[in-house]
Amino acid sequence: MKDRYDMIVVGAGPGGSITAKTAAKAGLDVLLIEKRQQIGDPVRCAEGVNKELLSTYIKPDPAWISADVIGSRIFSPDGTMIEMGEKLSGAEVGYMLERKVFDRALAREAANAGVEIMVKTRATGLLMNEGYVCGIKAQHMGNNYEIKSKIVVGADGIESKVGRWAGIDTSLKPIDVCTCVQYLMTNIDFDPEFCEFHLGTEIAPSGYIWVFPKGNGSANVGIGITGDKSTNGSVKKLLDKFVERRFPEGIIIEFIVGGVPVSRNIKRAVVNGLMLVGDAAHQSDPLTGGGIINSMWAGEMAGRVGVKAINANDVSAEFLQKYEKEWRSELGRDLSLSYIVKERFRKLTDEDLNTLGHSLESVDLKNLSLPGLLWALFKANKKLLWDLRHIFKDIKEIKDIEKAEVGI
Amino acid sequence: MAVSVNRNKCGYCGACVSVCPPGALELIETWIEVDDACNNCGICTKICPVGALEVAK
Repeated sequence: MKDRYDMIVVGAGPGGSITAKTAAKAGLDVLLIEKRQQIGDPVRCAEGVNKELLSTYIKPDPAWISADVIGSRIFSPDGTMIEMGEKLSGAEVGYMLERKVFDRALAREAANAGVEIMVKTRATGLLMNEGYVCGIKAQHMGNNYEIKSKIVVGADGIESKVGRWAGIDTSLKPIDVCTCVQYLMTNIDFDPEFCEFHLGTEIAPSGYIWVFPKGNGSANVGIGITGDKSTNGSVKKLLDKFVERRFPEGIIIEFIVGGVPVSRNIKRAVVNGLMLVGDAAHQSDPLTGGGIINSMWAGEMAGRVGVKAINANDVSAEFLQKYEKEWRSELGRDLSLSYIVKERFRKLTDEDLNTLGHSLESVDLKNLSLPGLLWALFKANKKLLWDLRHIFKDIKEIKDIEKAEVGI
Repeated sequence: MAVSVNRNKCGYCGACVSVCPPGALELIETWIEVDDACNNCGICTKICPVGALEVAK
């Protein structure tokens, strides 16, 4: 470890590794730190990802693909099943990853591009100079270090401290966090070609239960609900209840927990000398909780903007607006839409969910596009169309808010 | 008094850190640390998926 770099990236998840790799490839001197001893472990993820989107960042490798699914099955509270092809299933369906291996592959690619990596190294604060972030305080094996850099990138996940240290309020309200428990289970009976989603206000209030195939007869069986519906430890109890009913013979071989930001867009993701990426910038999808692709997409952009800023010798928040504006205009819009759809979804009763399920039961969704699906829903549910009028109002409101916040 | 963490239950996911208004919690590798900024509001106890946090009495 040196005492000075062009860029320091805090957090070696997919967002951090891609940021670091992008910057190093363009010639920057980059340090990537990870507070854990092991990159990629423990996993905090259901591990589903869209094939096509993923392939734009890394060549698919059987070493980190656990399973390949062809679609999803959504179950309404009364058990009505809707089957959707991969195309319609969104960013979380396609490959089922082995994140422990995947995250390391990404870190290795960063290393191959020239990034210096330090594990078991935790950022404990930021170095500041005349209103600019200019490095980090770090701890490694009990020793404290001060490491300077022109730019710091906080890719430090939902528990991000980097943003807070820089004066960005990254705290979330419980209602804006999806709190999750997941078991990797074996000895269970399920279709290994489909991801299952189970809906219902009793089984998973304001959320869903998933069964994602992981190969060799095993699956990630998990639950996520918003924090306002959670009370002391209730999330695990809800999952246990489902498991008891659905997989009575199942054996749990891994038990993980995690939180996912499901909020409106963060107010700002840059200050002088600093950018936030991924969960640290609340860039996960508020409706599905998916965040791998989003983080990689934003990380690549942050890496590119970082290079431009350093080459221009201007790392001011004003210059870094290039990143802010770009992620908001594309990803941010999608996230806002997902947020309002999620808020609508949260208000649906079991009866509503059943009605929606019944209305789609006879529709062939294998090759349907998303607009096609919406049209089928509208046709069958006049009431839904009426309800959705609020969404369009909400979209306008969100746009107004974001314009005011970012000033674009 | 500060919130207490049952390390035997905690899955060190960091969800509690994200909702802590004063930023009193930190996830360090495999444990949660609570600093003096904790005002005992209890928001973290609600979000914890396994019920590992308790407001000290």
